[in-house]
Amino acid sequence: MSRFLFTFIILFLIWLGFTTSLATSELITGAVISLIITSFVYKTFTDYGMKFFSPMRVAYIIQYLIVFLIALIKANLDVARRVVDPKLPINPGIVKYDTKLKSRTAKVILANSITLTPGTLTVDIIDDALYIHWIDVTSKDPDVIYREIGESFEKILRKIFQ
Amino acid sequence: MILETIGYIIISIGAIFLFLGAFGIFRMPDIYSRMQAGTKATTLGAMGVVFGVGLVQPEWFWKTFIIVLFIAISNPISSHALARGSYKIGIKPFTKKEGLDDLDGVYEAEEEK
Repeated sequence: MSRFLFTFIILFLIWLGFTTSLATSELITGAVISLIITSFVYKTFTDYGMKFFSPMRVAYIIQYLIVFLIALIKANLDVARRVVDPKLPINPGIVKYDTKLKSRTAKVILANSITLTPGTLTVDIIDDALYIHWIDVTSKDPDVIYREIGESFEKILRKIFQ
Repeated sequence: MILETIGYIIISIGAIFLFLGAFGIFRMPDIYSRMQAGTKATTLGAMGVVFGVGLVQPEWFWKTFIIVLFIAISNPISSHALARGSYKIGIKPFTKKEGLDDLDGVYEAEEEK
C-alpha cells in the first residue's frame, strides 16, 4: 500500500510538472492516468515506499543533490581540461571498486553518480563490485580507489537507504 | 529581463560543453575514454541548454526541470549500457601500462559458475 501511494505521488507530480495547470479537468485526467500506470508498475517501481518522505531523508537527498551537482560541474571542467590540453594527459584503465551499500536502488544511484563525476565511468556491477573505467588511474590500492571515487556519495547514500 | 539574460548565459555555457564533448569524442584514443567525454559533457550541456530555455520562457520552467531530471537519470544508464556491451563483445580498453584492466577474465569466470 505504501509503495502504491509513493508511486502514485511521484507520477502525479510529474504530470503536474508537465501540464503546469491546476484546472480541475487536468487534475482529474492526471489522477486517473497516474492510477492506471501505478496499478501496473508499483511492485517494481520502488523497494521503499512512503518512508522515503521522512524529513531526515529529504534533507539528506537535498544534501546529496548539492554534492552531486558540484561533482558534475567539476567533472565537466576536468574533461574540458583534458580534451583541450595538446598532450592529452590520460592514463586510462578499469579498476574494481568495492561498495559497502546493500540496497539495489542505492547501488544504481551510486553507479550513475560515479559515471557523472570526474574521470570515471561505471562499466558493470557484479554483486558488490563496481568495475569502473578511470581516465587517470593514480593508484591500484583499494582504499585509495574507494576514497577518490565514491566515498562522498556513499556516506550520504548509506544514511538515505539504511 | 534579468531571468532572460541568465537563461541565455546558461544556454551558451551548455552549448560550449556540448562542443567540448564532441571535441573529446574526436580526440580520445578508445571507446571507453570517448564515452567519458561524451557522457559528462553532453549531460551538463543538454541540461544547461534545456534549463536555460526554461528560464527564458518561465511558463515552461517545470517542464524543463523534469526533462533535466530525466536526462540526469537516463544519460549515465545509456553510456553504461554502451560500455558494458563494448566490453562483452571483446573490445579491450586502451591502457598505457600493463595490468590496468581489472575486468579482464571476470565475465569468463562468471560464465563458468
